[in-house]
Amino acid sequence: MSASTSSSSRAPAGAASGGSSVLTVMGLAAIAVLLVAPFGVYPVFLMKVMCFALFACAFNLMLGYTGLLSFGHAMFFGGSAYITAHTIKVMGFSPELGILAGVAFAAALGFVVGIIAIRRQGIYFAMVTLALAQMFFFFCLQAPFTGGEDGLQSVPRRPLFGFIDITNDVHLYYVVLAIFVIGFLVIYRTIHSPFGQVLKAIRENEPRAISLGYRANQYKLLAFVLSAGLAGLAGSTKVLVFQLASLTDVAWQMSGEVILMTLVGGMGTILGPVVGAAVIVTMQNYLAGLGEWVLVIQGVIFVAAVSLFRRGIVGEVLAIAKYYGSRKAG
Amino acid sequence: MFELLGIPPQALFGQLLLGLINGAFYAMLSLGLAVIFGLLNVINFTHGAQYMMGAFAAWMLLNYLGVPFWGALVIAPVIVAIIGMVIERTLLRRLYNLDHLYGLLLTFGLALIFEGLFRRQYGSSGLPYNNPLPGGTNLGFMFLPNYRAFVVVASLVVCFATWFVIERTKLGSYLRAATERPDLVQAFGIDVPRMITLTYGFGVGLAALAGVLAAPAYQVSPTMGSNLIIVVFAVVVIGGMGSIMGAILTGFGLGVVEGLTKVFYPEASSTVIFVIMAIVLMVKPAGLFGTAK
Repeated sequence: MSASTSSSSRAPAGAASGGSSVLTVMGLAAIAVLLVAPFGVYPVFLMKVMCFALFACAFNLMLGYTGLLSFGHAMFFGGSAYITAHTIKVMGFSPELGILAGVAFAAALGFVVGIIAIRRQGIYFAMVTLALAQMFFFFCLQAPFTGGEDGLQSVPRRPLFGFIDITNDVHLYYVVLAIFVIGFLVIYRTIHSPFGQVLKAIRENEPRAISLGYRANQYKLLAFVLSAGLAGLAGSTKVLVFQLASLTDVAWQMSGEVILMTLVGGMGTILGPVVGAAVIVTMQNYLAGLGEWVLVIQGVIFVAAVSLFRRGIVGEVLAIAKYYGSRKAG
Repeated sequence: MFELLGIPPQALFGQLLLGLINGAFYAMLSLGLAVIFGLLNVINFTHGAQYMMGAFAAWMLLNYLGVPFWGALVIAPVIVAIIGMVIERTLLRRLYNLDHLYGLLLTFGLALIFEGLFRRQYGSSGLPYNNPLPGGTNLGFMFLPNYRAFVVVASLVVCFATWFVIERTKLGSYLRAATERPDLVQAFGIDVPRMITLTYGFGVGLAALAGVLAAPAYQVSPTMGSNLIIVVFAVVVIGGMGSIMGAILTGFGLGVVEGLTKVFYPEASSTVIFVIMAIVLMVKPAGLFGTAK
């Protein structure tokens, strides 16, 4: 991570010194735009972006802030989607309980997978998570409650908390927005807490963090569970939007997509995954008619991002801003 | 006729043979991955796509140029290896000083490109490739198809030849030395960058050769690689990448275990290797033949 982490580890500090008031104003402005957005843009598209943005932010908590590349985050996203869809559709749960069940499942799965995967670092961690996710994929393929190739379709949109009608896309949009903002704030808070600082210390130099008395594996495991739970929240929310949970959500391609979003947006930056998710989802929307070319284009973006702009969109913008900032100051 | 736990011997030995064939592919692919990782520090995610390209190269050589299987067995790996070496020279080389994760991400992107291109051109369903060695031998307890026997023998020969070259020849000693200390080997006047390129080409060629061997055994399909590579990753984690012989033994061993699972508990056959991986990680995190780094 040498190139990106050296820049990204400075990025949050730089943003903070620029004044949290500026950041707050920008955040409020962004929320204001998001509040009126469904009247200008197709709400389902925006909801899809927010689901994937939350998914990518959760993933970034592992890659960007803990330095562990999970190649299996689809299992939390898709596993939670299946649980939410099943509890709502078959067991008659209300949406909030369905989401809760999904998130709880994703966090529990994250705990089990985490215990196994954090025994290896770096490249092995990626391979282990990929293999475990593939195992989960086969489990979903064979388990009777997932509906096999068909998935779980037309999951009902019951009233949220018993009185909020979410059959209307615009109503649902505000619910998804609220979930997204809550999830985002949880991640923001985590990164800027002492816990988050320890994670960064582990990312930069694990033996040193251990020698300072931090139990690195416990921190990594907790970060993994948190990341898995939030990825699950994204998957559960996606079920409400599309009323569907399917094998696509747990397949390795989904794990690849979330990596791509984070990489394109800028790993280790707080807004990077959001930008990356918006870019990739928009691209998929426009290119949907091209069929197999989408795979090729995603591959090309991967290669280009790794070869040419490893810091991602947000990372590059921050680097440019910093460059001009230091020139002005000097 | 004897029966083992209610399983007819034909089914048992048939699955055992299929397991050995799968194991042959696991062994050849994990061997290539290990050799590449040793020298390049890159986990080659494109390995599965290159296996698929080997199979497609054989299919194209037969259908477009009329080159028979035995010719393709030599030509196809060379073609795919050359493509691989171009990739190494142009793209991978720039990442050696960065974190290993970038190599994984780049080769993952390449895998998507290749798979997408072949899916675009040939669709997702498989293309048939005629068996070059039809017929078989009746061994009394089972029927042994000639081609399957050939695949197992051929891959054993290739694996042990690779082991011999790396562990017992001068060229291999250069390779092992460069894995440990590339700077020192370079100082002795050996062209390490060229060696890296050739090693990558060799690993990729091995994957393509496995693909050619797989073409008549299975169907030639664009998705054949991505499904396989994840299992091979698990095989590599189980075996550990420190040892050539370890990669070969783990590959064949796990193929057999998978075959046996198909006989005794078919529902678990697609997950058994991943379960073994989880157990090995709990007991011996460095892998069966690996050394903790």
